[in-house]
Amino acid sequence: MTTAPIIELRGVSKRFGPTYDAAARLARSLSRRFGSAPRNEVVQAVDHVDLAVARGEVVGLVGESGCGKSTLGRMVAGIMPPSDGQVMFKGTDITTLPLDRARDAKLKVQMIFQDPYASLNPRLRVADIVGEAPLVHGLVKRDGFDAYLDAQLRRAGLDPAFKRRYPHQFSGGQRQRIGIARALAVQPEFLVCDEAVAALDVSIQAQILNLFMDLRRELDLTYLFISHDLGVVEHLSDRVLIMYLGRIVESAPADEVFARPNHPYTQALLAEVPRIEARKRRFTALTGEIPSPLAPPSGCHFHPRCPHAMPRCTEEAPRLREIASGHRSACHLNDAH
Amino acid sequence: MTTATLEVRNLRTHFFTRAGVVKAVDDVSFAIARGQVLGLVGESGSGKTVTGFSIIGLVDPPGRIAGGSILYQGQDLAKLSEREMRALRGNRIAMIFQDPMMTLNPVLRIDTQMIEAVQAHTKVSHAEARSRSRDALGMVGIPSPDERLASYPHQFSGGMRQRVAIAIALLHHPDLLIADEPTTALDVTIQAQILAEVQKLATTYGTALIWITHDLSVIAGLADDIAVMYAGRIVETGPAEAVLDRPVHPYTHGLIGSVPSRNKRGEKLRQIPGMTPSLLSLPPGCAFRTRCARADTVCEQEPDPSQPVPGQTARCFHPLIGVPA
Repeated sequence: MTTAPIIELRGVSKRFGPTYDAAARLARSLSRRFGSAPRNEVVQAVDHVDLAVARGEVVGLVGESGCGKSTLGRMVAGIMPPSDGQVMFKGTDITTLPLDRARDAKLKVQMIFQDPYASLNPRLRVADIVGEAPLVHGLVKRDGFDAYLDAQLRRAGLDPAFKRRYPHQFSGGQRQRIGIARALAVQPEFLVCDEAVAALDVSIQAQILNLFMDLRRELDLTYLFISHDLGVVEHLSDRVLIMYLGRIVESAPADEVFARPNHPYTQALLAEVPRIEARKRRFTALTGEIPSPLAPPSGCHFHPRCPHAMPRCTEEAPRLREIASGHRSACHLNDAH
Repeated sequence: MTTATLEVRNLRTHFFTRAGVVKAVDDVSFAIARGQVLGLVGESGSGKTVTGFSIIGLVDPPGRIAGGSILYQGQDLAKLSEREMRALRGNRIAMIFQDPMMTLNPVLRIDTQMIEAVQAHTKVSHAEARSRSRDALGMVGIPSPDERLASYPHQFSGGMRQRVAIAIALLHHPDLLIADEPTTALDVTIQAQILAEVQKLATTYGTALIWITHDLSVIAGLADDIAVMYAGRIVETGPAEAVLDRPVHPYTHGLIGSVPSRNKRGEKLRQIPGMTPSLLSLPPGCAFRTRCARADTVCEQEPDPSQPVPGQTARCFHPLIGVPA
């Protein structure tokens, strides 16, 4: 890649845990002294993730619930600070920038959320939901405001005649369009879509996916597209990342992942995705469940469910290594030959 | 087809609301045979869940069955008294829901709930009921069922709770199981586990299965027959393969085109314009005509079910014939 990536994560981790007051700290240190280890209450939601997204790329991030994909998305979008590591925007760490430049940089990365019911303020009119931010940030002047707002709404496929309405007067698909118009109104370069079509009916989902693809072409956008739906990710993405319990276990161009999945988890996931091309078949299943992130398994997090697990997998976490050009996977099996 | 386990004829379930009559299920007919899987597909508000509720007799006021019959072993379920229905429900006909907590009581232990369900329909000792419950849990793949019997629902994960709900539904080896989106809230690997269990059990006991879903991909691998619902009506039925490969109704065609799939990567998805109309203000004639590219003035009349292709029934004046999905 010749140009600097638009977004780069370096060793980013996120931990969630309770903050202890003095009494709780005392209790924990006492229990440690008397031999019983206090319960681990810290969740390692994201564990040392490195990721670079080039301009114009669509990166799909896939994982099951609790794997940390939303947390990762929020750190990329700059609405949640990492516990460790750096989030770089066009080569600079936003936290080191002076306030006004940091704000400009943050505006360039916007987020679209899963639930179009929870992510819109029910007491604001559409005109304010979409128009407030560009006005505040001086992207548009008062006199050109109406034309600007109408253009934003039209671009997301909404009729500007509805701008005086409130969110509850719209259907789920239209609300998602309002969320998209809001994100695009501040002229971002990078969109983080967190399960942006998961709550929609199939026919509406297709409309929104088509809109995302049109906008990408029109506005030269870069996407991080987070989803549990492999079909959606395969359809949109240039590159796919697979996450399991806070770690990226595989990263490769979309064609490559779907043609030659390397990690046993990716293989299992692909085998079990229901596909419309499938006809009456026997379902077989990966056994076990995703372990609690409060007590992740040692070594490779996937080893208790992995059909190929070896003693080494229980001891040592495999590193994400390149196994073919642009294809990286974190599995000890790749060392065997 | 062998004799049907269940035959629904011209079922109408209407909700008499203050804003008007909502025809949630309007003239729906289908049949399902022993050991068969029927996929009932539709988007939100299409009436697929209300169809399931009508069969098992759980439609609450202001809704009621306004016409038609639901024939199970020669008797019309729509005409049974609540007492007679209770003898069948959970015994010969069972249902699993999207949210397993619809089935489970959060403040009772699993064993209490399961033993109660066993003894509600068979006269057996407490110990016998307990051992049946344990076997049922083992059958749906719950590890160490003996210990898990003493747990409360909140001590299970979502996938495990759904298994418990399935175990309860299958306690009496029902003739008919209605599954209302039971895997929608679950992760892919867990969904596959549930599908595997349900498929195995349906084959073992010859249970007829109605699988209600909005997800054509799930149905593609599971169903023998598919019925597609739109705005309270079944617009197309037929063998799964035929419906998915060569849909006859323009709505089914559009729905299949909306699903991102392997051979359409990066292409624009074929989308259906507009959105599902409100059931309170349906256009006269074919409810789909406002979104349909093939609609003309004929469609202002009500289309009756016809068989444009042998085996495939559709309610459409302009069916697609021999057009691949």
